[in-house]
Amino acid sequence: MLKIINIYKTFNPGTANQVKALQGVSCEVEEGSFVAIVGTNGSGKSSLLNAVAGTFIPDLGKIILDRMDITKFPEYKRAKHLGRVFQNPFTGTAPDMTIAENLTLASKRGQSRGLGWAIPKSVLKEFQKRVKPLNMRLEDRLENPMGKLSGGQRQALTLLMASWQKPKLLLLDEHTAALDPKTANKVIQLTEKVVEKDNITTLMVTHSMQQAVNMGNRILMMHNGKIVYDFEGDDKKRLKVNDLLSLFDEIRRKEQINLSTAEMLEKNYI
Amino acid sequence: MTLLIGSITIGLILSLLAVGSYISFRIFKFPDLTTEGSITLGAAIAASLIVYGVHPLIATILAFAGGFVAGGITGLLHTKFKINGLLAGILVMTALYSVNLHVMGRSNVPLLSDITLITYFEQFADFITPNIESINILGWTASEKDIYVLLFILITIILISIIIYLFFKTNLGTAMRATGDNQQMIKALGVNTNLMIILGLAISNGLIALSGAFLAQYQGFADVQMGIGMVVWGLASVIIGEALLSKKSLGLLITGAIMGSILFRLLVAIALRWGMNPNDLKIITALFVFIALIMPGMLNKFKRKGIC
Repeated sequence: MLKIINIYKTFNPGTANQVKALQGVSCEVEEGSFVAIVGTNGSGKSSLLNAVAGTFIPDLGKIILDRMDITKFPEYKRAKHLGRVFQNPFTGTAPDMTIAENLTLASKRGQSRGLGWAIPKSVLKEFQKRVKPLNMRLEDRLENPMGKLSGGQRQALTLLMASWQKPKLLLLDEHTAALDPKTANKVIQLTEKVVEKDNITTLMVTHSMQQAVNMGNRILMMHNGKIVYDFEGDDKKRLKVNDLLSLFDEIRRKEQINLSTAEMLEKNYI
Repeated sequence: MTLLIGSITIGLILSLLAVGSYISFRIFKFPDLTTEGSITLGAAIAASLIVYGVHPLIATILAFAGGFVAGGITGLLHTKFKINGLLAGILVMTALYSVNLHVMGRSNVPLLSDITLITYFEQFADFITPNIESINILGWTASEKDIYVLLFILITIILISIIIYLFFKTNLGTAMRATGDNQQMIKALGVNTNLMIILGLAISNGLIALSGAFLAQYQGFADVQMGIGMVVWGLASVIIGEALLSKKSLGLLITGAIMGSILFRLLVAIALRWGMNPNDLKIITALFVFIALIMPGMLNKFKRKGIC
């Protein structure tokens, strides 16, 4: 389904702000699988997602989606195949437009947009039908501007919009990080419902080990722009939050050893 | 009375400028300075072609096309070449000054004895009511021809505004509005935002050029200087319109821009009548826009402090 082949990306190369975000990431995601990506801050987990989404073009490597080489596709062109939910609940919706207008924009994802009427009367019924299961009473407020809704409501709608037409791949970028625990929980439940309903292939970046352990069938752990662990199948099922945390500690310890070794070598030989 | 009718007519003509400014400033949140060049471009194209003997309707349509291209170039500079929006507008505006001189061949083109759209409107007035020369409105006498011209312009503006309104309610128009509202979101929904910005600025400047074309025909001349201050003028109209009809729906906002343009023109006419020095017009317009821009923030501040 999705093949990421040895991608590299360095931001601001040659300057003081140089960041080696991705350093040779390869992985293959099968159709229908739900992959959680975890890692420390700056490990490259969001960069990996953004590389797939097309926010930037990688310096090296290839991204193949459903046998299509999308490495050089601009963001809007890939959008035809991707559903996206962002960390900031306000990024995924247009605040000055009504809920119905936002939904109609999402329902046309990746299609050409001509001079047809944007919201014919006939689609309002369908909008109501699909918004109702959110249990947020938004179905009667379709004419309200999006900006009047809470972050949780907007994130729930973004999720609904991202999956309105079944995407080949759903990208969730820490989509509950900015929500309070209760709302986050609701959005997580909704995510599971949406993904299960259409069996959508999903990549979810998360900071929550709990989410990574509870959801999906695969965990990728990233560090310093590389995938350092990959758990699938029974390995993934056996994995507990504590196991993940101790893996993080291990990585950190290794790094410290490397640093102190380097220091020692420096003292003795330079 | 003639003054009043004249002011309303010019206000109506400039309401196309206001709607154009509304599209760039409010829908796309793009501070577009191309305006100053494109309104003159519209006037220059229409006037020159009419003098050359082209049918005024075709000349007016070509004026729209000229503004469309100019706005498209600004959009192209901004999106493809990543030039700051303000600077892109300034570049095109500056270049248009030369273009306008070339189009007109000199700095001023009079339309004294040429047939313009306005001439058609006046002829139509004679055709319908051949014997009436003046009309009595509430005790004031007004030239019948002026009234007809006003009515025709009103109908034209209403038609164009309805087309614009309907356009922004289509799938394409909705995608354009979303581009101004949340670019990241609409990109993620598969819209080429660069194309939307180019197209939006093209439509905006097309309308502004159309405004210039009507203005040249109504005033009877095109002048290379006529665009000066028009950005602020358009913005002032939009702001007055928003104050008149609070920011609600698209339809109200477009109506507001038109009403704002007429009201602003009337205010200016009254001020001039009262003896304001015409040289002060631009500075007073600028001050007005400045006050209108800071007002909402000031009011909120007062409200929070509980003063009013």
